[in-house]
Amino acid sequence: MTQAVLPARKLVGTVHYGDRALAWLSAFAVVVILAMLAVIVVDVARGGAQAISWSFISEAPREGMTAGGIFPAIFGTVATTLLMTIVAVPAGVATAVYLSEYASARSRVARLIQVCVSNLAGVPSIVFGLFGLGFFISAVGRTIDRALYHGESVYGRGCLLWSSLTLSILTLPVVVVATEEAILAVPRELREGSYALGATRLQTIVRVVLPEALGGILTGTILAVSRGAGEVAPILFTGVAYYLPYLPTHLNDQFMNLGYHVYVLATQSPDVERTKPLLYGTALVLLCLTFLLNAVAISIRSRARKRSRA
Amino acid sequence: MASPTTANFGMTADRPSQSLKRRGGWIEAWVEGAIQAVAMLSIGAILLILFFVGKEALPVLTSAEVHREVTLGSMLAPIHQGGETSYVWQPVSELPKYNILPLVAGSLKVTIVALLFAVPLSVAAAVYVSEYAGARAREIIKPAIELLAGVPSVVVGFFALIVLASWVQSAFGTEHRLNALVAGIGLAFAICPIVFSVSEDALRAVPGSYREAALAMGSTRAQAVLRVALPAAAPGIAASVVLGFGRAVGETMIVVIASGNAALLDASLDRSTRTITATIAQELGEVVVGSPHYNVLFALGVMLFVATFVLNFAGEQIVYRMRRKLGTAV
Repeated sequence: MTQAVLPARKLVGTVHYGDRALAWLSAFAVVVILAMLAVIVVDVARGGAQAISWSFISEAPREGMTAGGIFPAIFGTVATTLLMTIVAVPAGVATAVYLSEYASARSRVARLIQVCVSNLAGVPSIVFGLFGLGFFISAVGRTIDRALYHGESVYGRGCLLWSSLTLSILTLPVVVVATEEAILAVPRELREGSYALGATRLQTIVRVVLPEALGGILTGTILAVSRGAGEVAPILFTGVAYYLPYLPTHLNDQFMNLGYHVYVLATQSPDVERTKPLLYGTALVLLCLTFLLNAVAISIRSRARKRSRA
Repeated sequence: MASPTTANFGMTADRPSQSLKRRGGWIEAWVEGAIQAVAMLSIGAILLILFFVGKEALPVLTSAEVHREVTLGSMLAPIHQGGETSYVWQPVSELPKYNILPLVAGSLKVTIVALLFAVPLSVAAAVYVSEYAGARAREIIKPAIELLAGVPSVVVGFFALIVLASWVQSAFGTEHRLNALVAGIGLAFAICPIVFSVSEDALRAVPGSYREAALAMGSTRAQAVLRVALPAAAPGIAASVVLGFGRAVGETMIVVIASGNAALLDASLDRSTRTITATIAQELGEVVVGSPHYNVLFALGVMLFVATFVLNFAGEQIVYRMRRKLGTAV
């Protein structure tokens, strides 16, 4: 890609007021967008700081969600995103490997896969929720129930497994895009060196290309985890629960979730003032989780990019 | 990138041990087949989504039983009742009414508000980052805007509910605390990053020589940006708007929390409103599986899927063509 680089400022002879105006106006827009970020972070941090304590993180909710902690919601969020990662990352890496190492640039199939990946990234998350209900629960789950459990409802209802699989399809494009970028940045000479030593294509991919692209794969994984941890719409009908007295231990158990907890407390609480500290606390935990993950992913990626440029 | 390595691949044919090679070849072929199969997953996912969401929506078109309650026509046509015509979405009542126009209007209203806020801001920010900012400023601004994209939408919705709604109410004195304006501004938070990043990519795809030529002819930097770089990047910026529109129409959690959720058909921004996504999110959990209401909600999902698919595809195509024209195709 050609870099858009303007000549140095001093080379430009004419500087008018209009010139400065555009620079300042556009800089102002940047400030406004960054202020949007800051205002959310500051508000949630300030409101949530009072609520957060060890017992808030480690205990279950009490007294109809007006007291106690959010441990089951944290547990449920971590469990779903872990399961999601187990599916999404191998599938995403395989797709990226196929696109960049196997398919030729002009291949119709590769182009079709690319179109599907980018469109998958644009499908509204609520549609993933409908899909999870219509496909995983109604079609797959009910079929399993009929075949193995004499029609008893075991997998034909919302649960950890179906939510995680729904989320893994949602986050697949994140992994594919990050991995593909990293694989394309691996210098051709490395592959050629590997082939020259007699390695097969698969050996080259597994021992040379993928280790080089590890940073990108990691970035994609973390971004996917962050995205999956924050999504609520896809799990609304595929297994999330408002309150559970136990932690999920099986794939077909329901679970609690941080984002859903925020949603329920924000919209369905009978006594908003009493639940407000809990609400802020939960939002802060969720925000910290996704932010931390994002920050780590972005820094890994920028380091990898710098290295590949050097 | 792929083709030169494919050519080199032929070299591996002469490996010393035949038996080793054959075994490696067999396993290798198997693994490569698996990789190829998994790569098809995304195609499969798109097809499965279309098929299974469509399957649950299909009775709206075909089932006589559903037609007693709702048809495609009655979802669009006004309801005549006692000499009055109205457009009402009221699926849970003695005489269920499934007119989707209030929902479509609600989705369009919040989306347009979001775009009005997000597009000027994001495009201007993209101009700053690609045309004015130094490398170091860029390295701070871009990740920060990416972080904004990383804020879960439920947190943005929560913020809009608690903080933004109060600000908007005290600024405009709106009657309903939660309304299309609040939801739209909340949505703007969510779509700024995508509009920014697509616009910025488009501006960066304009070759530096375009600007240099303008400057060499004596234009100012601002003229080079406004009359050369921006017009050359115009398709990409249009694409950013299209993609932002798609994202905003499909966004769920922000609007379900901050829009107030009353299905009113009007053009006002200061009254409670209900979008297509929020309707699905709120009603699907309480509906009887297989009932006409259930089928109608899936039909709304199909509408959303098709609309965003078309918008995304259009956006991608615009960017692709622009890059090819500018000679910066990836």
